Amino acid sequence: MAARKTTKKPNVSAEELTTYYREMLLIRRFEEKAGQLYGMGLIGGFCHLYIGQEAVVVGLEAAAEEGDKRITSYRDHGHMLACGMDPGGVMAELTGRIGGLSKGKGGSMHMFSKEKHFYGGHGIVGAQVPLGAGLAFADKYKENGRVTFTYFGDGAANQGQVYETFNMAALWELPVVFVIENNQYAMGTAQARSTSSADIYHRGQAFGIPGEMVNGMDVLAVKAAGEKAVAHCRAGKGPYILEIKTYRYRGHSMSDPAKYRTREEVQKVREQSDPIEHVRELLLTGKHATEDDLKAIDKEIKEIVNQAAEFSKESPEPSVEELWTDIYA
Amino acid sequence: MATEILMPALSPTMEEGTLAKWLIKEGDTVSSGDIMAEIETDKATMEFEAVDEGIVGKILIAEGTEGVKVNTPIAVLVEEGEDASAIPAAAPAAAAETEAAPAAVEAPAPVAAAPVAPQVDLSPDWPADAPMIQQTVREALRDAMAEEMRTDEDVYLMGEEVAEYQGAYKISQGMLDEFGSKRVIDTPITEHGFTGIAVGSAFGGLKPIVEFMTFNFAMQAIDQIINSAAKTLYMSGGQMGCPIVFRGPNGAAARVAAQHSQDYAAWYMQVPGLKVVMPYSAADAKGLLKSAIRDPNPVVFLENEILYGRSFDLPRVDDLTVPLGKARIWREGTDVTIVSFGIGMQFALEAADKLAEDGISAEVIDLRTIRPMDTGAIINSVMKTNRLVTVEEGWPQGSVGSYISSVVMQEAFDYLDAPVINCTGKDVPMPYAANLEKLALVTTDEVIAAVKQVTYR
Repeated sequence: MAARKTTKKPNVSAEELTTYYREMLLIRRFEEKAGQLYGMGLIGGFCHLYIGQEAVVVGLEAAAEEGDKRITSYRDHGHMLACGMDPGGVMAELTGRIGGLSKGKGGSMHMFSKEKHFYGGHGIVGAQVPLGAGLAFADKYKENGRVTFTYFGDGAANQGQVYETFNMAALWELPVVFVIENNQYAMGTAQARSTSSADIYHRGQAFGIPGEMVNGMDVLAVKAAGEKAVAHCRAGKGPYILEIKTYRYRGHSMSDPAKYRTREEVQKVREQSDPIEHVRELLLTGKHATEDDLKAIDKEIKEIVNQAAEFSKESPEPSVEELWTDIYA
Repeated sequence: MATEILMPALSPTMEEGTLAKWLIKEGDTVSSGDIMAEIETDKATMEFEAVDEGIVGKILIAEGTEGVKVNTPIAVLVEEGEDASAIPAAAPAAAAETEAAPAAVEAPAPVAAAPVAPQVDLSPDWPADAPMIQQTVREALRDAMAEEMRTDEDVYLMGEEVAEYQGAYKISQGMLDEFGSKRVIDTPITEHGFTGIAVGSAFGGLKPIVEFMTFNFAMQAIDQIINSAAKTLYMSGGQMGCPIVFRGPNGAAARVAAQHSQDYAAWYMQVPGLKVVMPYSAADAKGLLKSAIRDPNPVVFLENEILYGRSFDLPRVDDLTVPLGKARIWREGTDVTIVSFGIGMQFALEAADKLAEDGISAEVIDLRTIRPMDTGAIINSVMKTNRLVTVEEGWPQGSVGSYISSVVMQEAFDYLDAPVINCTGKDVPMPYAANLEKLALVTTDEVIAAVKQVTYR
């Protein structure tokens, strides 16, 4: 379990904390709404929610610069919101409408934004890892100083192509941060039942890739680790691994009965290590914000999410012609 | 304001479920994330969480109720001070608003019974008076890559032994010297990984050429070729293309047995989003490879080890390109159409020569590109000859030839005077023994026999 451990008086501005609070809350409220729309039958297929893991993407985005790239797996809504993609466009993709980021043709697991340097949204577990190294390969080739954040889970960490990629990324000194979002369950299989080593980032040692374990329930710790990793990559020293210990509150997907863990376990994380509560506390105890300030933010976020949901319902389904477009460039 | 809680869909296939257990009662205060009920779906028993905050004003569906349709109101949340008794009983109409209006699906157009001659591009690929030189397929492929790399900095070559070893089959000979190790890159033996890296670099704006030492090894990477390279343009609504060439020897070489002797034309041909090329001559190898490198789509470029060393006439023109998707008529004829591609062309052309001695005039078409397929060229020819034989090295079930047969049946059935015959490799893994290997491959004699059968000679 990722216990809350953080500096009691972090050197961080009110503005910065408020930004993290707002961004994490947007993800949480967005995902709750997505869950609700799924329940109403407006979202179909697979839908993997990010609730509980918000601090990971928000912390790492705070460490990124304009032009840096990111790529992840199918649990991708949080990454898209954190890098500034339009919540309405994401939600409308979930409902399969023309206003979605992929015109309704990709769905929850397959969304992209060239403008925001978000390269998906990939449905095959682990396949995004070499793709992410490939993005970094292109940046190194073009000598543009950019870094790619390549996210994958503790489950994907057992795919062979991850280690093929570690080898080449280290060999060719690619500017890629491998972010292992360790939410401790690969679908329904606890890490201890699937993974021989307790610390997955240790596996980088075999390839000479430095790495570290990060508390993923603490956005400030994630940001600090992200900055260190990015500096390493930008200095031309090759890849870096961040194993970010986090926790997903909801099931693997919407149809997960969650029989592999107890309700008490989930409740304990929610009560003791919630990443949003953490920042809320810092804001209040540090006298950076009042309850009323935070209520105003809550209201503002609710409004954004409601608008996204409305858009996702009102946007029409793609025209039948769309069936035949975008197959070839 | 009161909020209706609706029976949720908790799996992709759930239409109704059992409200197994309420974990709340009327008058309870709930907040987002609280477990409200246990619901039995078609797959499992699931916990149902509250999204909105409020007080449970009324439970509308008793626990234990079976067959509760998705979107039926099951409870009502009210705010502090709100009167629950004012809430109307379950209104099934509430479900209606969630039904998205399905877009009208048009009925498929009826298949035209009488075909009109399709538009076929019969223009020459190079000027008829172009001076010819003799060149091997190997040299032609190298020249194609080198020429494109000279004109476009974003093109690079990656693969096993492409640089210092000068290519396992010497296709990239001299390229490391000319372009350096930044652009001619030796990879570890790790197809799945380096293919994924190459595809990612194409998303990132480069134009990789990935050499597989043979396409048999590309099976380790086929997920990246299909799921990542071929499908992303569609999945991204047209945002993210993948300009990449996957090339290398395909099919049987000589005595390398089952795991090194498979023809993948039919496999890749099936995938929308991919283009699939399989040249026979040196000029086509060069012109098609140059076009493939410039193409904004992923192209699977299937070469043949036996053809690498073979010399052909090659026009000496600046910037020789051959468009993808255009067949070539190698030999005009009137009695039968023989369609092939890649090394199959060798048997098709040999057969046509021998058949001519027997007074049978065969038209021989080299598809060159398998996808998109120039079916117009085939149909046009069949409308003239009324007979069709296809020739390929791959296996019979789900072959390129069987697809061609189905297209011709649907679009030119009335023009056929005999059933189409597909000459293919035998339906066996490739044996090692010299005599058995020979038997497993398609032969010129088989093509001749097939032509005689369809021409009733």
